Amino acid sequence: MEPQTVIKLLSIVKRFPEGEGFFTALNNISLSVNKGEFVGLVGPSGSGKTTLLNIIGSLDIPSEGDAVVMGQSVSRLNAKESAYLRNKHIGFIFQSYNLLPVYSVFENIEFALLLQKIPANQRRKAVMEALEWVGLTNKAKSRPAQLSGGECQRVAIARAMVKRPSIVLADEPSANLDAANSHHILQTMQKLNQELNTTFLFATHDEKVMQYMKRIVYLKDGVVEKDVLLV
Amino acid sequence: MLLIKPAIKNILGGGIRTWLNMAVLSFTFVLIVLYNGITDGWVQESRRETIQWDTGYGQLWHPDYERYDVFSIQDAHGIIPAELQPVLTARTYTPILVSQGVIYPQGRLQNVLLKGIDPDQSILNIPSGKLKSSGNEIVVLIGKRMAQAAKLKKGDRVMVRWRDRNGAFDAREVLVSEVFDTKVASIDGGQLWFNLEDLRKLTSMPNEATYLVRSGNGPVVSDVEGWHYKDLKFLLADLDMMLKGERVEMAIIFTVLLSIGLLALFDTQVLSIFRRQKEIGTYIALGMTPQRVAGLFTLEGTSYSILGILFGALWGTPLLIWFARAGISMPEMDDMGIAIGNELYPVYEPSSILLNIFIIVSLSALISYLPSRKIAKQNVVYALKGKIS
Repeated sequence: MEPQTVIKLLSIVKRFPEGEGFFTALNNISLSVNKGEFVGLVGPSGSGKTTLLNIIGSLDIPSEGDAVVMGQSVSRLNAKESAYLRNKHIGFIFQSYNLLPVYSVFENIEFALLLQKIPANQRRKAVMEALEWVGLTNKAKSRPAQLSGGECQRVAIARAMVKRPSIVLADEPSANLDAANSHHILQTMQKLNQELNTTFLFATHDEKVMQYMKRIVYLKDGVVEKDVLLV
Repeated sequence: MLLIKPAIKNILGGGIRTWLNMAVLSFTFVLIVLYNGITDGWVQESRRETIQWDTGYGQLWHPDYERYDVFSIQDAHGIIPAELQPVLTARTYTPILVSQGVIYPQGRLQNVLLKGIDPDQSILNIPSGKLKSSGNEIVVLIGKRMAQAAKLKKGDRVMVRWRDRNGAFDAREVLVSEVFDTKVASIDGGQLWFNLEDLRKLTSMPNEATYLVRSGNGPVVSDVEGWHYKDLKFLLADLDMMLKGERVEMAIIFTVLLSIGLLALFDTQVLSIFRRQKEIGTYIALGMTPQRVAGLFTLEGTSYSILGILFGALWGTPLLIWFARAGISMPEMDDMGIAIGNELYPVYEPSSILLNIFIIVSLSALISYLPSRKIAKQNVVYALKGKIS
């Protein structure tokens, strides 16, 4: 059976204004990611990893080329369509967790489902299931400020996964965590990748993270240096 | 509906910021309602008092009478047309005769208006019953302003000089039988109230009057033999104009008070959008459109005003009720010509309160929207990092 392509990058170029000229963050990137892949975008700071994730996540648009995510060209989407794509198909995990501070753990995870207008009983079931995945059922009522860094990131994973997205984009998810917590969250993500067949795309320069990847795309100065399939 | 829950969460999670905004807006709201109540109370009392003491519910004027032309008074009197006898008999109209004169209190000279009123009338609140004299003594009523100006008191006698209908001077001493207290200066200052029949005799104007005052249940009589009817709109025009000026003053105070409250709200919104960049980016990453996030912030700002109003209603209602019952002490305002007592009782019109709520909430929504609309133009990538683009 032909694998389903969920992300297709076609000659992506991204430039940012810098002084009187431009800085090219991504230069002619072409890449395909299939459903269920566990991919690491690896490279030093400034190599364009986050920029690429932002374009795939429809948070930014390329200066040239096109990114087709779940069959939709992100450059051609209007604000509403773009929001729908993110809400329905993409989960985000950020380096600094980006949890909503006034919400409880339960409410943080529930928020994505609220946007999808899912009925309350279904939301509750889905949130509790997501909390079970990350082992935080006992912290449902806690506020983010009451959690450790590792717990916060696990909540972020649950929030990204609760809506069962096709793609999860994780930007340096272990950067603020110690080795034990990094291991724990990567294991969790690996498990979810296998159980739910969700596509994971990581931006990282952490050696420890790379050993969990099934595929690593090496970026350097905005160019794909190597694309290595490990499994 | 979707935005309401997060908006409430954010407001409740706002802590001291929320309380400060609520306090400022509730204070503004209560002050606006109180000030409106004072003005409405003033307007209602002024109109009511003026009707009860001066204008009645309408007047029928002699063809030559002009209230603001002192020179018209000399000729503004005549025999009441026979056609008007039924309303006089029914006591739904009462005649007033006006003439000019001079009094000499403590040897000083003071120009006055001599007004004759039927002692049995019950249309005006003037205590005309006190004009029923026994014997040859002529008694008069004066208001407390007149008493102060002429240094007269009840029981004093004062020399009055006047001209009769033929222009002949005459004079005699009259007795002050009562000093009445009224809030309506226009029937008090510089005026002596006589028994109508006494004044008619003194001025040789039998059966004559200058104008007739209508009671609330009296029929509206159209022009009769040149006597023309003046309705309340005409008779209260000066008062209404003065009160209109007061409304303008109230609008200015309303604007100032509201500006203070809205400035606090605007400040909070700007600061909130500046501080909550990461949150804004997260909302968008989770699938909200930037416009919807702007809507969320606008709703939050608007909710402050709604909470402020509710909070204001909570602590302000007992206070406003107390003011309405106890009244507010007012300084002497005799010179202004507006009927106003020493105590002013605010009146809170529901329509006025609802209008104030509508204005406050609408302006809060606008003030909240102005900084929030920038969210729609923000760079999400920057926002996610907590940076302003």
